[in-house]
Amino acid sequence: MQFKSRNFDASPVALTAENLTVTLPDTAGQPQVLNNIDITIRQGETVCLVGESGSGKSVTSLAIMGLLPEALQVTQGRINLEGRDLLPLTQVQMRELRAARVAMIFQEPMTALNPVLRVGDQIMEVMELHTELSAAERRARAIAIMEQVHLPDVPRIFRSYPHQLSGGQRQRIMIAMALVLEPVLLIADEPTTALDVTTQKQILSLIAELQRVHGTAVLFITHDMGVVAEIADTVYVMRRGEIAEHGPVEQLLRQPRAEYTRELLTAVPSLSPRAPRPAGDEAVLQVTDLNKIYGGGGLLRKLPETHAAKDVNFTLHRSRTLGIVGESGSGKSTVARCIMRLIDPSSGQILLDGKDIASLGRNALKPHRKKLQVVFQDPMRSLNPRWKVADSLIEGPLNYGTSRREALAEAGRMLEFVGLPEGSLRRYPHQFSGGQRQRIAIARAVMMRPDVLVADEAVSALDVSVQAQVLSLLDQLQQELGIAIVFITHDLRVAAQICDDVIVMQQGVVVEQGSAAEVLVHPRHDYTRTLIEAAPGRKWDFQNFREMTEVNHADPA
Amino acid sequence: MSQPAQPAAAMQPILRVFRLSHFGLGPKIAVVVLSLIVICSILAPWFAPHDPLQMDPLSRLKGPMEGHPLGTDNYGRDILSRVLIGGRLSLYIGILAAVVSVIIGLVIGLVAGFYRMADAIIMRMMDALMAIPAILLAIALVALNGPSVTSVIAAITIPEIPRVVRLVRAVVLAAREEPYVEAALALGSSMPKILIRHLLPNTLAPLIVQGTYVLASAILTEALLSFLGAGVSTETPTWGNIMAEGRLFFRIKPDLILYPGIMLSLCILSINLLGDAARDMLDPRLKKRAG
Repeated sequence: MQFKSRNFDASPVALTAENLTVTLPDTAGQPQVLNNIDITIRQGETVCLVGESGSGKSVTSLAIMGLLPEALQVTQGRINLEGRDLLPLTQVQMRELRAARVAMIFQEPMTALNPVLRVGDQIMEVMELHTELSAAERRARAIAIMEQVHLPDVPRIFRSYPHQLSGGQRQRIMIAMALVLEPVLLIADEPTTALDVTTQKQILSLIAELQRVHGTAVLFITHDMGVVAEIADTVYVMRRGEIAEHGPVEQLLRQPRAEYTRELLTAVPSLSPRAPRPAGDEAVLQVTDLNKIYGGGGLLRKLPETHAAKDVNFTLHRSRTLGIVGESGSGKSTVARCIMRLIDPSSGQILLDGKDIASLGRNALKPHRKKLQVVFQDPMRSLNPRWKVADSLIEGPLNYGTSRREALAEAGRMLEFVGLPEGSLRRYPHQFSGGQRQRIAIARAVMMRPDVLVADEAVSALDVSVQAQVLSLLDQLQQELGIAIVFITHDLRVAAQICDDVIVMQQGVVVEQGSAAEVLVHPRHDYTRTLIEAAPGRKWDFQNFREMTEVNHADPA
Repeated sequence: MSQPAQPAAAMQPILRVFRLSHFGLGPKIAVVVLSLIVICSILAPWFAPHDPLQMDPLSRLKGPMEGHPLGTDNYGRDILSRVLIGGRLSLYIGILAAVVSVIIGLVIGLVAGFYRMADAIIMRMMDALMAIPAILLAIALVALNGPSVTSVIAAITIPEIPRVVRLVRAVVLAAREEPYVEAALALGSSMPKILIRHLLPNTLAPLIVQGTYVLASAILTEALLSFLGAGVSTETPTWGNIMAEGRLFFRIKPDLILYPGIMLSLCILSINLLGDAARDMLDPRLKKRAG
């Protein structure tokens, strides 16, 4: 693993935050959101701010930008940008400073860009507000910066609207807008979290390249330790509004001093696949030549068709986990939804315990539904917010004739099994954390005693430490109940942790399938190799604080 | 990684949101005014000083005097009693029209939002209904069935239904994409069960708000229909009928129109204020945008 090891002690300081404290003045007890934060960022340096959700990393960036919501207040401390204290500045002065001296890019470029303006005009607008340049000069500079962020066919993209661009291109536009005025400091708040790994890799190297050229200081906020290992010079680990530890990246990853850093690092799933388990012989789910075509039809003329899943074949045995891996648009969720019969497959067979359910009608399907359950990605939305947990849990059993009393008793046992406190039955979903809600969603699915559990990105919205707990819960359930799991994920680390077999999908087509050990260690298809190569921090063994000792995952180089 | 904020309304049972103590000053006054109008109208037969139909040829078009606090009309009938009694029928028609259109609209909207096949047909029918002006429909119905309360309610309800249907359908279309609805499908819940237990509660909050607007508009339309002579029979006192009769003597005695007009305006204003307050509470983001 090649860490960045440049020394910045001689470089001029771009930004310091000293004793920065932010509180919620209107809330009882005036809770502190940030507590005495000290951060120093030097010119040309990349500082990573890592932490789980709620740790205060975004509040820190907003405080620096002077964009704190009204409910939050800086009660103490200083923020110096090139020696000038930002806190006493007025709104107008701060607005002048933003964009010109400090710029920010966000997680979701689609919402950060104005959907009704051409992107070229949006870049020019930044200069119009902050410089005296003529229209022609602004245009020339906008085109120059668009070339610097390596956008293809600049004249065309200049005239495009945000929705006409891909996610990666939109993020490039955001970066262009941020850097066009040559700011001293660029704050990047999870800028690659919404992107596919291959795009993430490109964006990360773009930021590094521009940083070299312009000497910008970068404050990079992320929850992904892999990204940290790739790009950071200095790392600040945040927890509950405090800095738990900070130091040069290599030192922090090799010899973490704070207990919390240790926990965070050991929770990062390893890219080396799990030890292979003996294959069972009882096939519970067998998918043959599954196809799903969207569109087509139309009353007067044929509408364009999208082949979202093409000739998908696989067999899943009892007590085993099959991973379906791919980037957005690869068709992995389409396959999952076809199996669940939430959508109707265009052709093919889905044999569940030997019975084809691909073309069953709604009523004929009902007895089979029980054997197939699902856990979704977003734990906020997968439980009805108006229902008590108990009602959500017993909904399924009641549909299949279990008495209310029995179902409630079972719900109590199940909650205990997934590790939720007693009394949770009478509470509402919003009273639980994301991880707890995902446990409830799993409990709801397992209440039906399914043969197959489809987990659609079931841990993607969770923090790494919670992710590890939920993964081990799934593993435990599998061992005790013999459930077979179809695990849909974009995250190769998670796939390596939980899957026995892996299917790699690209644009609706299965490009490679086999045991996890085979596919992830000796990939045969180029696309699989690209995916593995793009996984950030893949050469570092986070759990053991050292390089990956043996090459037990692919090394495409 | 910040978690999306839950709408406040989703967190608590709907009715807990409507606490009087949460209202601002304007809506509080509206509650008082509306309660007064409703109570007076309901109790009018016991509390009105005179029989609203009793004529007194000797004291016609008189100003305020003893026994007639607001004076008399062109037949010598007591204006105060007529206005109080008139509110009864106006409110009755308004409330009934609002309730009927909300209930019918809710059912049609749920079906249209949930069943893709039915959607296209239902919505085209709703478009057609929406194209019928209430006044024209009322005149047609009254011409066919004669002036009656039923005709008036039908004339007000039919054009309101599509508005409610559109609202409910939009809410259902958004809610049916929620993963918890798909999870319910996977749990083997039947379509009607999903509709009633998962989707219906989502529509209640916007429906309460829409209901107040329908109520206000129904009361107004009733008055308008009566005024034009297309409403309930002219001898029945309603605010619209009283104004229609008063129109003839507007130059001599403007209060004939003034008093029922004031009652009508206060009533509509209060209902709309309450509707706005309810909307602000159920969706605080709207309030912020408007303010």
